[in-house]
Amino acid sequence: MSQPRKSRPGRLRQGGLRTALPFLAPSLAGMLVFSLLPLLISACISLTDWNGLDQLLAPGMFAEHFVGLGNFQAILSSKEFWQVLGNTCRYIVLYIPCMLAASLAVACLLSQPRRGVTAFRVIYYIPVLTSWVAASLIWKSVLSPQYGALNNLLAIFGIQGPGWLLDEAWAMPAIVLVSVWKDMGFFGLILLSGMIGIDKGYYEAASLDGAGPWARFWRITLPLMTPAIFYVLIVSLINAFQLFPQIMIMTDGGPNGATQVMVERIYKYGFRYYRMGYAAAFSWILFVIIMVCTFIQMKGQERWVNYDS
Amino acid sequence: MTRKRMAGAAYYAAAVLLAVIALVPFAWMVSTSFKSRGALMSIPIEWIPAEPTLDAYATVFERFPFLRTIGNSLFIAVCYTLLTLASASMAAFAFTKIRFKGSGVLLGVYLATMMIPTQVTMIPLFVVMNQIGLINHYSSVILPAIFRPFAVFMLVQQMRTIPPDYMDAARIDGASTFRIYRQVMLPLCAPALATLAITNFMDSWNDYLWPLLMLTDKAKMTLPIALSTLNGQYDTEYNVLMAGSLISMIPIILIYIFAQKYFKNGLMAGGVKG
Repeated sequence: MSQPRKSRPGRLRQGGLRTALPFLAPSLAGMLVFSLLPLLISACISLTDWNGLDQLLAPGMFAEHFVGLGNFQAILSSKEFWQVLGNTCRYIVLYIPCMLAASLAVACLLSQPRRGVTAFRVIYYIPVLTSWVAASLIWKSVLSPQYGALNNLLAIFGIQGPGWLLDEAWAMPAIVLVSVWKDMGFFGLILLSGMIGIDKGYYEAASLDGAGPWARFWRITLPLMTPAIFYVLIVSLINAFQLFPQIMIMTDGGPNGATQVMVERIYKYGFRYYRMGYAAAFSWILFVIIMVCTFIQMKGQERWVNYDS
Repeated sequence: MTRKRMAGAAYYAAAVLLAVIALVPFAWMVSTSFKSRGALMSIPIEWIPAEPTLDAYATVFERFPFLRTIGNSLFIAVCYTLLTLASASMAAFAFTKIRFKGSGVLLGVYLATMMIPTQVTMIPLFVVMNQIGLINHYSSVILPAIFRPFAVFMLVQQMRTIPPDYMDAARIDGASTFRIYRQVMLPLCAPALATLAITNFMDSWNDYLWPLLMLTDKAKMTLPIALSTLNGQYDTEYNVLMAGSLISMIPIILIYIFAQKYFKNGLMAGGVKG
């Protein structure tokens, strides 16, 4: 065993890759099988009109079904794709501001050192713990137009509620409502951890200068928690493009396609209509959209995210 | 003084309002689950069922092997969690405590794979699982746990903070690399591992898309899949659906209550789904 004299402290000094390999082997094998190979196969499938039923590895399979970029062309020139993208954008435009406002409210309320704050934290987190399937079922019942809880509660105030999930105009806002309800505790606690990290000295100085609570929130809290807000925006946008279980359970894409979104389409093309090639191409388009959005956010962060504190 | 009191009142008004919003759907779930079929369509609606009954619960267990489903969910989530912890902690150990060429690049590859959405890999994975006959096999939903780049990343961050002295001491005592990993590193990372265990357990317990593709046999389904199947079959029988939902929530709520502090720690960590 030769020991090089100059080695970084804290690292085992012999073996190199040979020592590391047994430790890396399981996750490397996993990466190959569950991530890299599927990525490659998916790219290949996206260039075919394969239906998912024929033997994949039969000789001549790929050549026989090869359609080049045909799937991508077909998707991008279909009316449906743009409609689906429009639906997703509608969801995002409604969801992100509402979610951010609700999460900020959660974070503000939980940041106060008051009695019962632990109980509130537990309560706000219960929707997060619930599986999406259970949450969707619960809300499907709550939103039921005639016998549901929400419209009957609204009726107390003399408001006649819409048909929610059965109404083309209200189905997507209803999905947004449920998503905000489910996610506000999760993102709220992330924002809270950003809020707690702020140096108390800033607040004391501001109070001496006569700043009220409102001014302190806008001038100190909000600017200094921009890293947490940035993180929440990145994660929530990625999640928004992958919107799926709530759609499947509550509307199944309806009414009249008003809540069809990308993952729901991918799932149905692949596993209901047996158009694997088309579905694979669709998933790559989704991948590119997510990457572009994340990239734009990363680039844009210098303008507004404050890493000074 | 009155100003302070008003602020307090405003605080509690807002906090309670938000709590009500968070809880009302669950109250509705509990209430509905104790209703008979007929009471589902009574106007005005009953927040407290006039004639509470356990029929819906009986129906859930009658029409679906629900006990078995709960067992499936538990078994899968536990195996999934253990596999993630083992594989990710080993990889993180190699990345932080063993020097080898290309470790930085490799870690970069791990991070890059976090960008790949599950929807891209699910079609080929479905095809592969189908070909090797793993559909309706528990392993089809457990095995992917072996590669969770996020878990690796989180443990790398954690292990970097552990000072080298511990390892040097063990090394001088003649401990093998595996013993150092097992008996020095793992105990030192216990809090991070606990946090990771809980977030992974929850991910697996609540997972929908992948088990939906893999577990189509009633006897093999996990709770979310069983619930969505019930949704397809008893579309308007909300009492049955609510009873099933309520049962599915109990275990995770119990875990939450008993392991609250690890949940808190896991927050920043649990970010991206899938």
